[in-house]
Amino acid sequence: MDAMIELAWTVTKIVALVIPLFIAVAYMTYAERKIISAMQLRRGPNRVGWHGLLQPIADALKLLMKEVVLPQNANRALFVIAPMLSIMPALAAWAVLPLSEGLVIADINAGLLYVLAMTSMGVYGIILAGWASNSKYALLGAMRAGAQVVSYEIAMGFALVGVLMSAGSLNLGEIVQAQQGPIWNWFWLPLLPLFVVYWISGVAETNRLPFDVAEGESEIVAGFHVEYSGMAFAIFFLAEYANMILISGLAAIMFLGGWYSPFHGLPLLGPAFEWVPGIVWFVLKTCLFLFLFIWFRATFPRYRYDQIMRLGWKVLIPVTVVWLIVLSVMILTGFGPWF
Amino acid sequence: MIEKVIFYVFAAILLLAATLVITARNPVHSALSLVLAFFTSAALWLLVEAEFLGIALVLVYVGAVMVLFLFVVMMLDINVAVLREGFARYLPLGALVGVVMLLEMLLVIGASQVDLPGFAGEAAGSLGEDGGNNIRMLGSVLYTVYVYPFELAAIVLLLAMIAAIMLTHRRRGGTKHQDISAQVRTRKEDRLRMVRMPSERNNDS
Repeated sequence: MDAMIELAWTVTKIVALVIPLFIAVAYMTYAERKIISAMQLRRGPNRVGWHGLLQPIADALKLLMKEVVLPQNANRALFVIAPMLSIMPALAAWAVLPLSEGLVIADINAGLLYVLAMTSMGVYGIILAGWASNSKYALLGAMRAGAQVVSYEIAMGFALVGVLMSAGSLNLGEIVQAQQGPIWNWFWLPLLPLFVVYWISGVAETNRLPFDVAEGESEIVAGFHVEYSGMAFAIFFLAEYANMILISGLAAIMFLGGWYSPFHGLPLLGPAFEWVPGIVWFVLKTCLFLFLFIWFRATFPRYRYDQIMRLGWKVLIPVTVVWLIVLSVMILTGFGPWF
Repeated sequence: MIEKVIFYVFAAILLLAATLVITARNPVHSALSLVLAFFTSAALWLLVEAEFLGIALVLVYVGAVMVLFLFVVMMLDINVAVLREGFARYLPLGALVGVVMLLEMLLVIGASQVDLPGFAGEAAGSLGEDGGNNIRMLGSVLYTVYVYPFELAAIVLLLAMIAAIMLTHRRRGGTKHQDISAQVRTRKEDRLRMVRMPSERNNDS
C-alpha cells in the first residue's frame, strides 16, 4: 500500500514537471519567432490571438491533424521509434534537476553523471531517424550529428569535471549549495573558460545554429528529419527545444548558482530580495540562456563541417585540460572566496 | 518485493536483448539490441546500488562506443545470411566455449553470490558508513590503495589511443587538405584589392 502511494506521488511529481515543460517548449517556439523577427525588423506571428499568443497552439493542432507519411523503403519500426528515442532522454534528465532548494524529483548522488548519460542518449534518435528513413540526405544528417555530438560530449564532460572538482560533489543540489552567496561567488567566475566551453558544447549538442549541420536546410534539405511529417516531426521539434531548455537549466545550476539570488548575503540588497522564491531565480537564469540560444541563431552563420570538428577537438578540449590544471592549483591554494 | 519484480523484468529484457544481438537478421537491429542489453544491465547495477558503475556503463558504452559502432554498421552493407552460413557447424565449439566461461565465472564469483534474496541486502551492507556514496568510496580506494594499477591502466589506454591515431594519421600523397589556421589568419589585405577607377556613366557621356 505504501509503495502504491509512493508510486502515485512520484507520478504526480513527474506530471507536474512535464506539463509546464511542454508549455515552455511551445512558448519557446513563439519567443524564438518573436525575438528573431524583432532582430530582423519584422513583426513575427501576430494573427492568432492577442499578439499571436495562440500561435504555438495553432501550430500544434495543425501538426496533430497532419498525416504521418511512412516512406516506402523505410525501416518501419525504427522510423517510428526514432522520434521517441530523441525526446525520452531530454525529459528523463529533468528528474535530477533541482528547481529550488529540495524541489527535485530524484535527489541522487550521481546526478551530474546521470545528466551526462541521459544527454548522450539523445543522439540515437537522430542517427536512427537518419538511417531508417532510407534517404541520402537523412543519412548524411545523421552521420554529421553522430560525429558532432560524440566530439562535443568530450569537451562538455571535461567542463563538468571542473564543476565537480570545485563543488566536491556530483549531486546537483550540493553543487548549487557550494555556490551559495552573491553573484561573484558562483562558479562562472573561477571556471570562466570552462563555462564558455560548456556553453559552446551545449549549443553544439543540441544541434542549434551555428552548429546545425545535422539539419543544414540549405545543404541537405532538413537533414535527419527530412522524411518526417505530422506528429513524428513535431516530436523531433519538441525534443530539440526540450534539450535547449535542459542545457540552459543545467548551465544555470552549474555556473550561475541555481536557485540563489544574485544578491544573496549582501548587506542591503540581500534582505530586499529575500521574498523572491528560489524557483523564480532559477527560471530567470534559464531564460537568460534560452535568449542566448535565439540570439546566436539570429546572429551567426553556420559553421563549415570541418571547422566544427576542429573547434571541438583542437580548441575546446585543450582549453578545458589546461584550465583543469589551473583549477587544481586554485583549489590546493584555497584561492579567492570560492575554495 | 517490488525490487524483485523489477529485477526479474529487467533480467528478462536483458536476456531477450542479448539473444536478439546474435539472432537479428539486420546488423543495425543487432547493434540496437546490444544497446538495450547495456542499458538494462545498467539498470540491474542500479538495483544493487552500484550507481556509479551503472551510470558509467550508460555513459561510456551506450553514449559513446555504441554510437560509433552504429555509425560503422550503418555505413557497411553487411549480408548477414552469408555470415551465418557455418552456424550449425561451429555451434558445438561455441557451446563449449560458453560452458567454460560460465564455469570460470562461477569459480571466481562463487556459488554463494548467486543466491538472489540476500544479494541486494549484502551489497547495500558492504557500502559502509559513508551513506552509500559509492563514487566517493571508489575514488578514495582507487587513488590510495590501487593507485599504481590505476595509473598503469591509464597509461596503457593512452598508449592504445596514440597507437590508433598513429596508424590512421599517415600522410598520403595526392590529397587536398585545408589549412584552417591559415584560413583564419588571412587578413583583408591579402585577398582584397581596392581599385580606383572612374565610374562607367561618366565614360559614356
